[in-house]
Amino acid sequence: MVSVRIIPCLDVKDGQVVKGIHFENLVRAGDPVEQAAFYSKEKADELVFLDISATIEGRRTMLDVVRKVAEVVFIPLTVGGGITSIDDIEKLLKAGADKISINTAAVRNPSLIEEGAKRFGSQCIVVAIDGKKVSPSGWEVHVESGKTPTGLDVVEWARKVEDLGAGELLLTSIDMDGTQKGYDIEMTRRVSENVSIPVIASGGAGSLEHLYRVISDGKASAILIASLLHFRKYTVEEIKLYLKQKGIGVRL
Amino acid sequence: MTGIVNYGAGNIYSVLTAVRKCGEDAFIVEKAGDLSSADSIILPGVGAFGDGMNALSGSGLKEALVKSVSGGKPFLGICLGMQLLFSHSDEGDCDGFGIINGMVRRFSFQAALSIKVPHMGWNVVEAAGPGRELFAGIPSNSMFYFAHSFYATPDDPGSIAGRTVYGHPFASVVKIRNIAGVQFHPEKSGDWGLLFIKNFLEGKWLASE
Repeated sequence: MVSVRIIPCLDVKDGQVVKGIHFENLVRAGDPVEQAAFYSKEKADELVFLDISATIEGRRTMLDVVRKVAEVVFIPLTVGGGITSIDDIEKLLKAGADKISINTAAVRNPSLIEEGAKRFGSQCIVVAIDGKKVSPSGWEVHVESGKTPTGLDVVEWARKVEDLGAGELLLTSIDMDGTQKGYDIEMTRRVSENVSIPVIASGGAGSLEHLYRVISDGKASAILIASLLHFRKYTVEEIKLYLKQKGIGVRL
Repeated sequence: MTGIVNYGAGNIYSVLTAVRKCGEDAFIVEKAGDLSSADSIILPGVGAFGDGMNALSGSGLKEALVKSVSGGKPFLGICLGMQLLFSHSDEGDCDGFGIINGMVRRFSFQAALSIKVPHMGWNVVEAAGPGRELFAGIPSNSMFYFAHSFYATPDDPGSIAGRTVYGHPFASVVKIRNIAGVQFHPEKSGDWGLLFIKNFLEGKWLASE
């Protein structure tokens, strides 16, 4: 069977990694190519680059970053952040990205999912959903980096984007993100059980047990990890060995 | 020189970079006439079967490809590029090249099994039958990267060169004469993927039955 994917997430601003590996003796600070190569060598299964540039010039630089990374790293590369049009998607794919992730633009303009999937294939359209708990078993979709509530129910929105042609969901818990107290298992499970496409869980990882639980109980197909890896609390290999010992299939 | 066929869809640049990384010169085939300068051909592919067929037929690339392949040029189809070689696909109920007899089917599992479609991620490919040289130097049980909802079912089991299990076993590698096809993405499968491409380019698999 297919193995569970461990996906490091690197935040990039104006061409520089601003949230990535923190130890300069491992890689040059800020260098996206070195950081990507480092994680690829560690057997990360995919990489996500999140462009947090606020300017048009910064976004243009992202294309160069993708081009350079794609020349040295031969694992799937997802790029998210600020993508609003088919033209944006095409430019990133041509630069060497394999998938793109859309969040706010998907809510504002759901036809972008449909057109993107039709044109480039579902496998390269990842829809990112930021969910916040609003009732004992209800979660609301938020956009604009989690700041703006949309009134959309997370599970219903997940089903809708699957129908529109999304190939994968990147599901982040706004409540748990940054807490290191564990994933929102319940939200992840509810979404995963209601769609047939894979769900990548994100937000809240603080321990190996958390990672295991979101896979076994949350039914996640993949996990997106940032701080836990960047601060070298664990290496990709340590995470995989732990999961394997727990009976989860991984690529070693 | 390896020609990588551009038909509008697909991650052709990843494939181009990977082939160059293997030390081989490569160029993008944009039209039928470009194929004559290619010593070997790679047909990449992500996206929908019908769109792929339409794009290749409309540009005359389909006929040129069939001619080159029949003429004996080493050929590698990747993902959709492999599926297009088959007789017919359930995706859009559409005919393919018909170079390999068989159908392309959609993964379909009982809800209770909770097996996700698309099959996305790293999975084991077990080499089988012809074309073992494509896996030269690659340890058995190595994993490759998949991203697909449809899979090929060759009529002739003798053409299956590799199998993968997703809910059930399916043909993840096929090999007939000078034609190889892979359902996974060697260009995105790390070191073993690059070695697979290198083995394809070296061509020792061509003579293997």
